[in-house]
Formats: sequence, structure tokens, C-alpha cells
Amino acid sequence: MSSPTSTPGGRKRGRNTNPPTPSSEDPTSPPSQRRRGQDSSTGDLMPMPTSPATDMLSPAAPQDTSLFSSPRPSVQPNEVDMSSPLMYGTPSSRVEGTPRSGVRGTPARQRPDLGSVRKAPQVDLHSEPPSTDGAVASEPNAGQRLVIWGTDVNVGTCKEKFQRFLQRFTDPNSTEDENAGLDLNEPLYMQKLEEISVVGDPVLNVNCWHVQSFDAELYRQLICYPQEVIPTFDMAVNELFFERFPDSILEYQIQVRPYNALKTRNMRSLNPEDIDQLITISGMVIRTSQLIPEMQEGFFQCQVCAYSTRVEVDRGRIAEPAVCRNCNNTHSLALVHNRSVFSDKQMIKVQESPEDMPAGQTPHTTVVYAHNDLVDKVQPGDRVNITGIYRAVPMRVNPRQNNVKSVYKTHIDAIHFRKTDEKRLHGLDEEAEQKLFTEDRVQTLKELAAKPDVYERLSSALAPSIYEHEDIKKGILLQLFGGTRKDFSQTGRGNFRAEVNILLCGDPGTSKSQLLQYVYNLVPRGQYTSGKGSSAVGLTAYVMKDPETRQLVLQTGALVLSDNGICCIDEFDKMSDNTRSVLHEVMEQQTLSIAKAGIICQLNARTAVLAAANPVESQWNPKKTTIENIQLPHTLLSRFDLIFLMLDPQDEAYDRRLAHHLVSLYYQSEEQMEEEFLDMAVLKDYIAYARTYISPRLSEEASQALIEAYVDMRKIGSGRGMVSAYPRQLESLIRLAEAHAKVRFSEKVESIDVEEAKRLHREALKQSATDPRTGFVDISILTTGMSATARKRKEEVAQALKKLIQAKGKTPAMKYQQLLDDLRGQSETAITKELFDEALRALADEDYLTVTGKTVRLLA
Amino acid sequence: MPSTQDWINAPLAVVEEMFAASQNNSNSGWETKAVEFFQDQLKERDTHTLVPSLNDVPLHYLKPNSLVKFRCLIQDMFDPEFYMGVYETVAPSTKTKMLRCGKYKDVTECGVDFNSRNTVTAERQTFYCVPIPGENPWVKERYAGSSQARVVPSTSYAPSRQKRSYEEDDDMDTQPQKQREPHAGPHSPSEHHGNGDCKRQETEAPSSQTASASHLDLNFPLPGEKGPSCLVKVYEDWDRFKLNDTLEVYGILSVSPALSALADEKDASSSLLDPAESMETAEEQRVHSPPASLVPRLHMLHAKPLPHNNPLLPSAALEDNSAFLSSTLSEMASVREEILSYFTHVLLGDALAAEYLILHLISNVYSRRDVLPLGKFTLNLSGCPTVASYTERFYQIIQQLVPSSHYLAMSLQNMNQMRLVPKKDYVANRLVSGALQLARNTSLFLDETQLEQGQLDTTGVRNVTALGNLISWQKVDYDFNYHQMEFPCNINVLIASEGRSLLPSDCQIHLQPQVAPSHLEESLSSIHMHLQASSQLNKFRIYLSMARLLDYSISDEVTKSVEDDFVDMRKDDPQSISAEDLHRMLVVARLLSLSLGQTSLSRDSWLRAKHIEMLRRSRMEQHKCVNGNEP
Repeated sequence: MSSPTSTPGGRKRGRNTNPPTPSSEDPTSPPSQRRRGQDSSTGDLMPMPTSPATDMLSPAAPQDTSLFSSPRPSVQPNEVDMSSPLMYGTPSSRVEGTPRSGVRGTPARQRPDLGSVRKAPQVDLHSEPPSTDGAVASEPNAGQRLVIWGTDVNVGTCKEKFQRFLQRFTDPNSTEDENAGLDLNEPLYMQKLEEISVVGDPVLNVNCWHVQSFDAELYRQLICYPQEVIPTFDMAVNELFFERFPDSILEYQIQVRPYNALKTRNMRSLNPEDIDQLITISGMVIRTSQLIPEMQEGFFQCQVCAYSTRVEVDRGRIAEPAVCRNCNNTHSLALVHNRSVFSDKQMIKVQESPEDMPAGQTPHTTVVYAHNDLVDKVQPGDRVNITGIYRAVPMRVNPRQNNVKSVYKTHIDAIHFRKTDEKRLHGLDEEAEQKLFTEDRVQTLKELAAKPDVYERLSSALAPSIYEHEDIKKGILLQLFGGTRKDFSQTGRGNFRAEVNILLCGDPGTSKSQLLQYVYNLVPRGQYTSGKGSSAVGLTAYVMKDPETRQLVLQTGALVLSDNGICCIDEFDKMSDNTRSVLHEVMEQQTLSIAKAGIICQLNARTAVLAAANPVESQWNPKKTTIENIQLPHTLLSRFDLIFLMLDPQDEAYDRRLAHHLVSLYYQSEEQMEEEFLDMAVLKDYIAYARTYISPRLSEEASQALIEAYVDMRKIGSGRGMVSAYPRQLESLIRLAEAHAKVRFSEKVESIDVEEAKRLHREALKQSATDPRTGFVDISILTTGMSATARKRKEEVAQALKKLIQAKGKTPAMKYQQLLDDLRGQSETAITKELFDEALRALADEDYLTVTGKTVRLLA
Repeated sequence: MPSTQDWINAPLAVVEEMFAASQNNSNSGWETKAVEFFQDQLKERDTHTLVPSLNDVPLHYLKPNSLVKFRCLIQDMFDPEFYMGVYETVAPSTKTKMLRCGKYKDVTECGVDFNSRNTVTAERQTFYCVPIPGENPWVKERYAGSSQARVVPSTSYAPSRQKRSYEEDDDMDTQPQKQREPHAGPHSPSEHHGNGDCKRQETEAPSSQTASASHLDLNFPLPGEKGPSCLVKVYEDWDRFKLNDTLEVYGILSVSPALSALADEKDASSSLLDPAESMETAEEQRVHSPPASLVPRLHMLHAKPLPHNNPLLPSAALEDNSAFLSSTLSEMASVREEILSYFTHVLLGDALAAEYLILHLISNVYSRRDVLPLGKFTLNLSGCPTVASYTERFYQIIQQLVPSSHYLAMSLQNMNQMRLVPKKDYVANRLVSGALQLARNTSLFLDETQLEQGQLDTTGVRNVTALGNLISWQKVDYDFNYHQMEFPCNINVLIASEGRSLLPSDCQIHLQPQVAPSHLEESLSSIHMHLQASSQLNKFRIYLSMARLLDYSISDEVTKSVEDDFVDMRKDDPQSISAEDLHRMLVVARLLSLSLGQTSLSRDSWLRAKHIEMLRRSRMEQHKCVNGNEP
């Protein structure tokens, strides 16, 4: 029976002309034990034998094995074909360089991520004859079908395939930001290799999806036997690299890091079948441990004769040599920590992301080990996609007992991290964060979108328990979809707000809060706050000392957390002015500037605001304007695209429908209700799909319609000398039209979208901006806080007052009350005290008079 | 077929027998067969009473690896674990290999061959379960009393001791739970040893229990709770269980001392040897592998969800028990009269408040429409006298009537210090429980009369918000540090306050004592004396639980007349009735019908509901006026 190392398959590409090693040479090293043991320090410390003649002095001489308590692979370095994958990384490959010119001088680096803890049984090839399915190097098979023990991986073929993949694979349609700046029509990974040669960072990230589309069989092997295949990939890529770039110097050999294994799993669906396979899971980092130095190789020195030896870690253990080989003293060897080799290791706890969780269950956690340079790559709170190998290790109840708990400890050895919420380098922001929809789902959604009444359907599916208020629901629906994000930063305009802000005001008890709650539950990134309970810091961000690291950290508040989502603010009117002022920036510029405790920064807060406010007098006063009713600064109100009033309509037909709706709510069974309305999950997916994939643009026709609409709006007021629309209203119209196009899954904004936007905008205006004195819609109520008629009236009173005073002749001082009575007597309309005060103030502003206490003095 | 004693005392033998039989023919599906076997056994009449319950039998009386039951609430769900479903052992002397089954066990036999090809890895889920929080003493007593398993010997190997156990257990039964209660939980077992046999082998165990209990928090939702908590291992479709579900778990008890990972002697030495194990923090180990003597493991064979926790009601679904249903239904109206007069007495002669109290006690969230819970009926009983600790007495009466309840004094100190909302502790990797982690239909009694002047701090504000959310939406947002997770709940909240409560409520009623203020003290002290005979109490208990379980519907005609009524009322005075009022009236009508044992709304009930609502509103108006006149 022959060791795999000697077979022709392994030797195929080798340039070493040494004769094949005798099969008996490596009896104790099963192929599955391969490990990258190369380490630069050892090379320095121990001059390696250059010829077989020195073998007897070499620590790796074959007879040593007997002295170790654990089987120690020992192969005479020079006699072995170093390019053979099966020798790859065995401890004795501690040779300075390999015979081949390119790789020489570049040490390989250990990959504890692939083999730090092994469960694979160690089988003595001599005692247990290989079973047929074990497929050990089958010499009889003409020596060509050599596969790694326990797998169906043929190293040669695998390497060849991977090299072919590297050399040929192109992905012309790539949208990944990693590939930005690369020529998409050239072989992708060759360009990446070139990048490595320039940058000198010897890590090659390989997208598994690419591998699969190139060679499904190779992909399958990668997923099933990552531990065997990835080193083969490493080798292949190094050969290729040093062939191409013979002169480049790397710190260590290139390591291949596959990511995005298509078998991406939810943490919940991991099961025993996944053990030792390559998996990709997503989750949130909740805890990271300190750096743990893990011994890779122990350095032992004999206390008697100072003879030193090294022992590799084998499955988490170091077998202490019992006898010194030099002086044959027993138990004389001591571990020298300083000269042992350690690698970095970190334990990371990852928790299921909240979106993946079924309702009513608690999130699962998984332990991930990061090794070497992956240590400290992620922080608690990060959302990550982790690609790694799933492991299970049996637990020992007591180290001194032979009894084991029948439970395995599981963890993932991380090979690749990909943060999902990281600001990725090249544009393409988080919206591209793909929520994967199955084909079927997309089909259903598209079918739904094709229906002519999809808009009505969706709006009635929104908060079905809330009765009527169709227009408000439609407005909220458009808010959920949002406009198209536009970037005008080149022209100095900055980002153009795409989010629609909505304010609901109205009588208490008109289920405003319920609507807010519903929206909050519907959107993945919703935040719900109450104006009464939130402070400015709670909304923006605050600086606090992290209890663990004792560093100042920025804790983000509701507005920042709802970036790309919707921030629902209840009791908007009860918010303190201080708090409200932070909303100004958020609601137009969509950013949040913070200067606190030495941290000055601008955070993105691209959030849509859905606010609800109660009238000041608890009941809506129809005789007053919106501003007067809710007492909010007009600067803030003008930032809302739509302001709706939720009032009790008080008519019989409405009452009847309402009563019917409520009563049926109380006796219909769940199933009946589900039939009637669209499922919340469908709605969720529909919105997510539209937000991700649809970004409508204005058509020529639509832009004309918008222009007309805007001009019309301006015209309405101009007749009476009022301005009834501002550019902000035009922007709102555009946003609403775009959102409506999104509802239809249309890439183009057409005139029907504009029509609906116009209608909705008018509806909202009609409710909120109608001047109660004249009955006309007057946008200046919202933009200046006062209707044009009211302003006109103020001026008239001031003029009348001036005339009155002038008529009185040269009296330098007058009694306040006297003046008011006089004015009242003169004027045909009622003059309130407030009106009078305002008139006085206006005249004072003109420097015509001053008011001191109860007397009014004329200024000369 | 194994005999009864076999499957209760040695369920593992049954399992193993089936496992061995399955070895000859593959794909026999022995696992489902085993589960079915136990389910069938338990279905048989009254067999479930033969199974000893962890709730009322001290742990050291139970035989390890026997079948036990546990009435519990799922407090936390741990990560799933992989275990050796089937493994092979090699006998050291003979080198013979043998296949063994690892299911329903924690520890393997000696000499496991890790390299065996026959090893099958399987997955199971662990739930951390606690006794139902706030379960009232009468429920516990009743369950313990109906159990026929009290003769279970503590250990099987010494028959002479069996006799002793009889005595002791009888002893225990005659002593009502109350007597044990004043003592701290862990002490009670040792107390039994005091009058028991001191030479027993187990005497050591309880004392060590008390010692270790001090540093181990068993994570009960409510303070002062006691009883065993349990790690339940679930083998089949664990997805159907949800957090806070109440279950009766039948499973195999495992108390192997080898499970206590917290053995102090092994920290330094083992961590060196086994790097994988040292990665868990000490806290995490403590929580996830507590000593088995304190937190036994239970390998689930069968679990019965508990729709109610009233031992007086048959455990089977109501539909299957038509005899019981019809007999109680016919009695309901008369029992209602009795309970109404009793409550009127308790509420100092206020019949209207008594009416509302009944409605509150039988309310239940029966459905949710998107975010809106339907059927909740939070009652704010304002105007409670503050003399002679009236609210506490009042709570004691409620405690006697409902299966589980909790009294929460809303004192400033409590609000600022108590943990109401469960919070995830990432260091120990567990959900630290809070007082609002309650089973469904628990009565939460908020005593606002305890509130004094002062300032709520951050915790206090958060706690009050949590209570408000609980009342308005019947949900609790559990704190997961990086995000919050919403868990729906179904808790009856009763707020007793002097004035209008600071918390929202569905319905407020101001108490109008019919006794003169001078006699108030006197009549207050008489309330407690008035406690009913136990047969009457039981009637009340059955009544309250039954009314909650009934179905309910509204016929089309009644719907029509309700609609008409609403429109008419709005026509007269739109301000007088809003949609919210209609919501409430519909709930009141529903509860009123159910309280009369009617499963559909009748015109009469609707009018009656309207009437009592009107009375209540006029009383509120009146009260407002009185308050308004005060300076």
C-alpha cells in the first residue's frame, strides 16, 4: 500500500526530479491531516538539510516519530515532491521555499481557519484497509484517479480547473462594488491577481457564485470539502501568480477566501448536515472576545542537554515529547513559550438578524472563530455575512473522565467577513443590499403589479382595521414607496430628498396612533417615538462611554436608526421646540450634523417622517387655520409634503359604514379577514421589491404635466395677489408622482402618476391649507404661517390706526385703552385686542410710535 | 407491551427496546413510534395523573430517568445543540462494538468510538422553563391533590425507604402549601428531612442545593417565586413552541451529576486541555449548564399546551367535553348572580363596579387585527379607599379566584428599581426575565394607590412606558440591546387608583362605596371574614375560567340593530359617542354575553351593555363635576 505522496498524480506538475519516496516512509500521516505548517521563523531558526545525507541530524528524521506520543508526520523534506498538494503544509514542509523559482522566498502562512480544530477521524492506513468508498489513492486505477481520502477531490484536476477559472472567468454584468474599476470584459480574477502584485495584500477573495457559474462540479466540491479544496486553490493561485509575476514580493503566499457560498443559510436552518461544509450565514455581531493567542507549534527544550524540538498542535493538543531524543532522558523537555509559534484567534458571537426570526421566538446565536488577520475585523453591532466552515466538537464533561456529554459544541471557522451595513466604497448604497426574492415571489408580485387597481388594492391593504381615510392611506402608501433618489452633488445642489414626509393632524381618538403603529410594524427600519417622551438627543445621537472599552462612542437615536426607513413620531405637537429644531435639517437635507464631546460628524438620516399631532385645543377648531390649530412653526410644516386632517366627518352614511366596519371587526374570524385583504407579508415584499429594483424617471409627457400643474397652482393665487405654490410644492409633486410609478412597478413616470400626485396633493392642501376666513386654498398658511388675507387685514388695521392717530393731531401720548375704544368705534369690523396689538407693533416697527406700559407715545 | 410501571419508571428502557428492534430493519421510524407510544399511554384515562409532577414533588424524591411532568412557561430558548443520536461504544476488555441510542440522554456510555462510521449526529433544542409565574396557591394545591403519583418512591433501590416516602408525602399533602411558603424556597426540602430520616443518603444533596442556590439566579419572572426551573430538551418540531407558552411537559428526568459544568475544581486545568470549552464565559456556563440537582434536565416525550391553568376544569378541549360544558353553561347565569353579589360586597356595595369587575376578569385577547388586539378590557378602578390596606385585601380576593395573578405596587421605588421588561444578557447569553414576562390570562394588579410624590428616573420612565404599551397594545418590547423585539401578550391589567390613573385604560369606573365613611373601616375589616365556603369558591373559579373559553358570535340582525343604534346616537349628539366608544361598547357587550353564558350577542345583552355603559359614563361626568367644583 502506498502513501499518496508517491503517486504520479501528485507528481505531475512537480519539477523535482527526485525519485518517488518509498511508500513506507510516511506511515502515520493520513492525507486528511495536511496542514500548512510553513512558518518563516522556523526557517530562520533551523537551517534545513540540503541533502538526504544530513537527514540523520534533522529533527524531522523518520526515527523520531517513535519517540513522540502522538503520531507525528515526518517526511524527509527534500525527497518529497514539494509541489504535491498532498504534502502541502505538513509540518515537515518547513523548508525555506520550494524548489520552484517563483514561490521561493515567499513563506506560506498557516491557515488555522481551515484546520485548527479537526473532527475528522484519524485513521491509521495500515490497520484499517481503505474501504471502497473511501477512495484512497487507488494505485491500481492506473494512478490517474487519485483523490483525497474521504472525498472525491482529485487534486490535480481541481487545481487545473481552478486555474482555468482564474484565467478565463469574466463577468461582464458585474455590479459588485469590489469589481469597480476593473475591466469587466477581461478575466476578472487575473486583474485581481495583478492588483495583489501591486498592493501586496496576499488575499484573493473569490465569489462562490462565480465559481458555480463557471464550473458547478468545482463549486460542489468547494462547498462539500472546503478543508481540502481551499488549500488546493491556494496552491493553484500561487503557482499562477508566481508564474505571472515572478518578481513580486509578498509577505506570505496568497490565500484564497471564498465568499457568498450560494447555500447561504439562515442561522436557524443550520443542521447537522452542514458540519464541515462551507456555509455563508448572515447575522449581527453581539460580542467579540479579546485576542486569544493560540499555540500552533510548541517549542520544547531539553533541560539536560538543551536540545530543542518542535511539536505541532494536533486537534487542539500538543503532545509533549516524553523522551529527549538527544540524551534519552525521560521527561526532561520543557516548553519554551517565547519560541513557540502562536496565531491570533478571536471568538465572535453572532446573533440572528431580527428580520430572519419567526415571531415569538428568541434569536439564535452562533460562535465564530476568526483567525489571524480576520481578528478585530468586526465590532459588536455590525451586520455581517460570514463565510466559513461549520464545525462540531464533542464536549467532554470532565477532562479526567472518559465520559462525554452526548452534545457537540458547534462553531464556525470564519474564512471571510462581509459587512452588510458598511458604507461600501463605491456608491451603490444600502438599497442594493439584496433582499432575496424567490422567483415565485417575484412572479406573484409582478402579477399583482400588473393589475389595474393595484394602487387601490395596496392602499386598502394598509391598516385594514382603520376605517376609511382612503386618501390618507394612499398618501402613506406613497410614502412607503418613496421617490427616486437623485444626486445633484456635482451641481452643488446636494442630494435631492426622495422621502415623502407626512403629517397627520386631527381630533384625538381618530386612530392616528394606530396608523403610526401599523406603519412602524410594516417597514423593516421603522422607529416609533412619542414626541412627549423623546428628547433631541434621543432623536439624533448621543455620546456615551462604552462600559466595556471605556471609549466614547456615538449612540445613534431614532432618526439615524431609521435611515432608509420611516420614523414615526407620535404627539408631534408635544415635542419641545429644542427637539423639533433638529428635525429641520433631517427633513430637508436628510443629514444630521453632530458636534458633541469632541465628535463632529454628519450622519445620514434619509428617513421619511410620519408624524401625528393633536390640535392645541384638543378638539379641532374649524374656524382656525392649521397653524393656529396645531401651533407648529411654519418652517417645519412646509417640509411636510402632505398634511392630512383626520377629522370626524359626522354624517350618517359614514357613521353607518363605520359601525358596520367595527362590528364586523369583532365577530369575523381571522380566516375571513385574511380573505378580504392582502396579506401583510405580501405588502411588505411588494414594497421592498419596488424600493430595491424600481427607480422611475420622468417621461417627457410627465414633466410637461408637472410643469402645467405647477403653473396652474401658481395661477390660482395670483388673481388675488397671493402665492399659492412654491418650488417645494413642485418637488413634492415630483416625489409623489415617482412613488406612484413605483407602485405600478413602472420605470417611467407617466401622466397618470402626475394626475394622482396632483389629486392627492390637492386633497391634502384642501384639508390643511384652506383659509377659514375666505374658504380659498392658500399655501402661504403653511409657508409663512399666516394666510394672505390675514396679512392684508393686519395692514389695513395698522393703516386705520395710523389715520386715527394722525386725526387726533399733535398729542404726544395716548392711553392704550382709549385708543382701542376709538378704533373700535371707527371701524365697521370687529377689532380684537390681538389685532390691535399687532397693528401697534407694526407701527412701532415703522418707528412711528412706541408702546410703554399703558401709554402709546408718538415718535417725532 | 410494557406495563404501566415500566413506562413511567423506566421510559428509557422502552425507548431502547424500540431502538434495538429497529436495528434489524432500517427505516422503521422507531422514533415516531416511541413518541406515539407515550402519547397513547398518556391519552388513556387518568394515566397522566400517575406521572409525578416536578411542580409538587421535590426533586430528590423523583427517580432519575423516570417519566415526570412539569407545568411550565417557556422563559428562554437556548441555541439548538447537536448530539450523538446514535453512537458506537467499544468495550475496553472485549473490544466488542455496540450501537447505542443517545436520544433522551445527556451523557453517553463509556468508551465512545468517535471514529465510528455509525455515529449519527442529530439536533435538539433546549428551552429554559420556569413554573408558571404568579400561579396561585390554590391551583398548586389542587394539582398536587389530584395527583395519584404521590406514592412514587424517591429511590428505587431500598424498599424499606419506600414506606417512609409514603408517610412523608402524605404528610406533605395534609400540610397545605401555605405552611411551606413562608420559608425561603430552597429550604423547604431540607425541612422535610428534619422530620424524615436523617440517615438518608440524600441528606447531603439539599444542603448543597441551598449553598449553590445563592449564587445561581434561576431567572424567575416574578420576585419571590420558587419551584424548580428546568432545561427542557425538545426533539421534535420545536418551531411550534413560542416564548411564554404554557405547557405541560412529559419527559424523562435527567439529573446526572456529570452535567454540572460548574464544578469548581475544573476551571484552570480543563481550559488548558480543551480550548473549545474555555471559550464560554463562566457566566454563560453557569447559565447554560447549571447543576442538575438545581435545574434538572427534562427530555421531552410529549408536551400538552395549556389553554388555561385551572385544575378544576377538564384538561381536554371544551368541545370534547360537552357534558361538562352544558352543565356549567346552564348554571352560569345563577353563578353570575352569586359572584355579583359577592363582588358588590367586596366593592363596598357598588354593584356597577362589581359588574365591570366580572367583565374584566373574563376578558381575553381573542384575536389581533394587524396591530390592534381585540377583546382586551383593562379596568381602572378609581376612587379606591386608601385606608386599612383595602387594595391589598382586594387583591387577595382576586388571588383566590384566578389561576395566576401578580400584585405590582406602583410605588416610586418599585417603578424605579424593578425590572419589568425582559432583557437579553449577552455575557451570559440568556434572556433575563422581567415582571412583565407573564403567561397568558395572568391577572396583573397594579396598585396605584401606593404611588407617592417624587421623580421617576430613566428606568422608571421606561417601566411606565412599558406598562402603557402593555395596556394599549398588549405587547412587551423585549430589550435585545441592539434592537427591541416585540412579544405579544395577553395579560389582564387591573389598575386600582385614587384618582384617574396615569396609565391608559380601556375603561375607568369610579368606586362609589355605599357605606358611610364612618363605617368604612369596619366594613373593610369584615370583607376578609366573608370568604366563602370552598365549594362556592370553586364554582366561582370554574365560572371565571369557563366564560373566557367560550366562543362568541354576532348574528346579522343584531349587527344591523347595533349599527342603527350607533347611527342614532351619533345623530342626536355627535360628540357623545365616537368610534372609540363603539369599540368599547362592543367589547362590553361581548363580555356581558359571555358572562351570562350566551355565545351570541342578543338584543337584550346589547341594550344592557348600553345601559351599564351609560350609567358608568354618567357617573364619570358626575365625578368630573364634583372634582371641578373643588378648588
